[in-house]
Amino acid sequence: MSDVPMHETTPVQRALPIGTVAYHASGWYGMLGVIVTEGALFGYLLFSYFYCAVQLPPSWTPEPHPSLTYALPATLVMFLSSTAMWWAQRGFYLGAAPRYRFGLVAAILLGLVFVALELLEWKSKPFALTDSLYSSLYFTTTGIDLVHLIVGIIAVAAVLAWSLLGYVDARRDTPTLIVGAYWHFVTLAWLAVFVTFYISPYLR
Amino acid sequence: MTFERVPATGTASPGYLERLTKIWETEPGILGWFSSVDHKEIGIRYIFTAFIFLALGGVEALIMRVQLARPDQHLLTPEQYDQLFSTHGMTMIFLYAMPILSGFSNYLWPLLLGARDMAFPRVNALSYWLFVAAGIFMYTGFAMGAGPNDGWFNYVPYANKEYNPGLNMDFYALGMIFLGISTTVGSVNFVVTFLRLRAPGMSINRVPIMIWGTFTASVANILVVPSVSLAFFLLWMDRNFGTHFFDVSAGGQPLLWQHLFWIFAHPWVYAIVLPAMGMVSDALPVFCRRPLVGYTAVVLSTLATMTLGFGVWVHHMFTTGLPTLALSFFSGVSIIIAIPSAVAVFAWTLTIWLGRPVITTAFLYFASMIVLFVIGGVSGFMTGSVPVDWQLHDTYFVVAHIHYVLIGINLFPVIGGLYFWFPKFSGKMMNETLGKWSFWTSFIGFNVAFLPMHLTGLLGMPRRVYTYPAHMGWDTLNMVTSIGAFVFAIGIVLTFINVLVSLRSGRIAGPNPWDAPTLEWSMSSPPPPYNFAVLPTVASRHPLWEQRLGDSHGTSTLDEGFTLDDKRETIGTTALDSEPDVILKMPFDSPAPFILTVGTSLIFAGMLIPSRLWAVTAVGCLVVIAAILIWLWPERELGQRVESSQ
Ligand code: HEM
Ligand SMILES: [Cu+2]
Repeated sequence: MSDVPMHETTPVQRALPIGTVAYHASGWYGMLGVIVTEGALFGYLLFSYFYCAVQLPPSWTPEPHPSLTYALPATLVMFLSSTAMWWAQRGFYLGAAPRYRFGLVAAILLGLVFVALELLEWKSKPFALTDSLYSSLYFTTTGIDLVHLIVGIIAVAAVLAWSLLGYVDARRDTPTLIVGAYWHFVTLAWLAVFVTFYISPYLR
Repeated sequence: MTFERVPATGTASPGYLERLTKIWETEPGILGWFSSVDHKEIGIRYIFTAFIFLALGGVEALIMRVQLARPDQHLLTPEQYDQLFSTHGMTMIFLYAMPILSGFSNYLWPLLLGARDMAFPRVNALSYWLFVAAGIFMYTGFAMGAGPNDGWFNYVPYANKEYNPGLNMDFYALGMIFLGISTTVGSVNFVVTFLRLRAPGMSINRVPIMIWGTFTASVANILVVPSVSLAFFLLWMDRNFGTHFFDVSAGGQPLLWQHLFWIFAHPWVYAIVLPAMGMVSDALPVFCRRPLVGYTAVVLSTLATMTLGFGVWVHHMFTTGLPTLALSFFSGVSIIIAIPSAVAVFAWTLTIWLGRPVITTAFLYFASMIVLFVIGGVSGFMTGSVPVDWQLHDTYFVVAHIHYVLIGINLFPVIGGLYFWFPKFSGKMMNETLGKWSFWTSFIGFNVAFLPMHLTGLLGMPRRVYTYPAHMGWDTLNMVTSIGAFVFAIGIVLTFINVLVSLRSGRIAGPNPWDAPTLEWSMSSPPPPYNFAVLPTVASRHPLWEQRLGDSHGTSTLDEGFTLDDKRETIGTTALDSEPDVILKMPFDSPAPFILTVGTSLIFAGMLIPSRLWAVTAVGCLVVIAAILIWLWPERELGQRVESSQ
C-alpha cells in the first residue's frame, strides 16, 4: 500500500507564549491525566460497592436507609466550596486579586468544614471499621475521599501563598487552573460517593 | 522573562552548538548523577535496571527448572518453590517487562518525536527512582525470606493473614502500590508528551508505531493501575486493620479480588507487548528496505486491541463458577481480539514478503517474534474458549502460553531492539557473529524448553507444584524443558556478553548505520545532550527516506528550524496537527525526584507494620510534601512566575 501524499506544514512566524501559560502548559495536561487516573480509582471503589450489593442479600448494609443528617449538609458545603473556587478564578481574570484570594480562603475553609462534618458523621455511625464488609468499604471509601480533599486543601493553600508572594496573576495562571480543576474533581468524586452510599440504598 | 516571542529560525553554528551543550549537559559528579533529568540518561538506567531484574528472574527460573528436571526431587522445599515462582512472576512481569519498555521509550521518544526531552523531565526521573525503590522494596522482602508466595496474581483467601501470617504479602502488596505510582506518573508523562511534544508537522498520521504502542499502553495504565493498587490496598487493610473485604467468614468477597486484579492485569499484559510490537513495526521494515505495509491498519489494530483488552478480564476466571452468560460474553470478546492481532501479523509478514530482507541479528529477532506470536496467540485463542479452558486451566499448557507471549512478544523484540538501537545508545555497533550465535541459541533453546510444555499441560501436569511423581508421562518432557531453559539462558547471556564486548571494541556506528528512516537517526550517535540543534519540521512518516520514496512523500526540514537557546527550551505543538503552540521552558536538573522517592520509601516502609512503625510513615509524608512543594515552587527561569520587575 503506498502512502497517500501528505500536505506539508511550514513553521508559523508568529509570537508564541513562553513557559506556563494557561492551557498551553504541560502541567495542565498532566493534571487531566491525574484526574483520569484518580477518577478511575473512585470508579473501582464504587464498582466494589455495587459488586457487593449485587452479590449479597440486602441485609449486607447495617442501615437500609443511611442517615443524611451529616452527609447532605456536607454535600452542600462541598458544592459551595467549588463555587467559591469558581468565583475566585473569575475574579482572577478580572484582575481582582483580593477577591481571588478571598475566594481561595473561602474554598479552603469550606473544605475544612466538610472534613469536620465527615468526622462527625464517622463518629455518629452505629458501626466501626472492622464490623463488617459494609463498614470496611464505607470507611475506606469515605477515607480515601477525605485524603483527596486534604491534598486539595494543601494545594490551594500553596497557590494562595504564591498569589500573596506575587508569583501568579492572570498572566501566569496555570497553577490556579490546575488546582481549580483538581478541586472540582474532588467535588465530583464526593458526589459519586454520596449518590452511591447514601442515595442508591433508597432506590433499592 | 517576557510572556511571548517569535521563535528565531536558523541553522546551527558551532558557537550555538557549544552554548546548547552547556545548557543541556548534566553536571558531572555524584550530585549531578542523582539530579539528572536527561531522558537519555534515564532511559539507559531503566534499561540497565530492567535487565538486572531479568537476570534475577532468570536465575530464579533456572533454579525451579533444576528442581523440576526430574520427578520427586527435594532440592527446594514447597515454601521455597512457592516464593521462587511468585517472585519470578513478579520480577518478570512487573520489574522487567514493563520497565524495559519504559526504558526504550524514554530514550527514544523525544528522538523519534523531534523534541529535546519528555514533557515532564523531572517526573521522568521520579518514575525511574520510584521503580528502583519499589523493586528494592519487594526484593528486600524476598531476601528476608518474606517474598510473595501466592503467585503473581496473589489470590485471596490464601493471601489473607490467617493463612499467610508473615510479612510476605505486606511486602508484595505495598511494593505493588509503590510500583503503581511509578507506572502512573510515567504513563501520564508519555501521554502528555505524545499530545504536546511532537515536532511541528508530525500530525498523528506520521507518528512512528512504537510511539502509538507506548501511548496506547500508557492510556491503559492510567485507567487500570488504580484497580490493582486498590485491590492490594484493601488486602493490606484486611491484613493490618482487620477489615473484611476478602474475609469469607465475615461476608468478604474473594472474587472481588479476582475482578480487581484481572481488570488491571489483562490490559497490563497488552501494555507489556504493544510497545514491543511497535518496536517491531518500526524496526523490521528498515531491514526489509521498505515502509511498513499498512501503517493505518496497524495503528488502528493497536488501538482496537487495547480497547477490546479492557473487556476480556473474565477469561482468567472461567473456572470460578460465574454464570454462563458472562462466560459466553467474555469468551466471545477474547476470541474476537485475535482479529486485530492478526492484522499486525499480516502487516509484518507482507512487509518481509514485499521487501528485500537484510538478514541481521536484529532482523532475526524481529522476524522470529512473528512465529512465536502466532504460537502464543493460538494457545491464547484456545484458552479463550470456555470448555477448553476448563480442561487446561492451571496446567502447564498455560505456563507455555504465557511464556510464548511474554518471551515471544516482549523479550525477543526487546533483544532485537537492543541490537537495533545499541549503535544509537553507544555509538558502537554490536558484533554480528556473536549476535547470530546468541539468536540461534536462544531461539532453539526457547522452543525446546517451552514447545513441549504444551504437551506436559495437555497430559495434565498442574502448574505451581514443586515436584511431581514419576511415571505420569511427564518425566522426559520436564527434562527436555529444563535442558532447553539452560540453552535459552546461554543465548541471553551471549547477548549480554556482546554488549560488553561491543562497548569496548565495537565498530564505530556513525549517525545512521542501518540507513533507517526516522528522526532518531538524523543526529550523531550517541546523540548530543540537546538531541536536536534546531527543531526539525516533519512532512512525512519517513523523514530520512523522502528522496528515495519520491516527492509525494513530502520534504521535511531537518537542519533549519527553530533555534531555541534561552536556557532549556523546546517547542510545544497542538495535539492533532502539530502546529507550533508554545515555547516550553524545560526544567533544570534537580534532586527533588530522588528526595521524593526517599520520602515515599519511608511511607511504605512504615506501612509494613503500621502499628509500630507509623512514625516512619509520618516522617515520610512530611518529606514528600516538602519535596513536592520545593519541586513545584514557581521559578522565574522556567517562566512560571510573573516578572516582579515588570
Ligand atoms: C529462562 C527463561 C524462563 C524460564 C525457564 C521460566 C520458567 C518458569 C517456571 C518454571 C515457572 C513456574 C511454573 C509453575 O510452577 O507454575 C514460571 C512461571 C512464570 N513465568 Fe517464567 N520462565 C522464564 C522466563 C520468563 C519471562 C521472560 C517472563 C515474563 C516476561 C516469565 C513470566 C512468568 C510468569 C508470569 C509466571 C507465572 C508465575 C505465577 O504462576 O504466579 N517467565 N516460569
Ligand atoms: Cu487475559
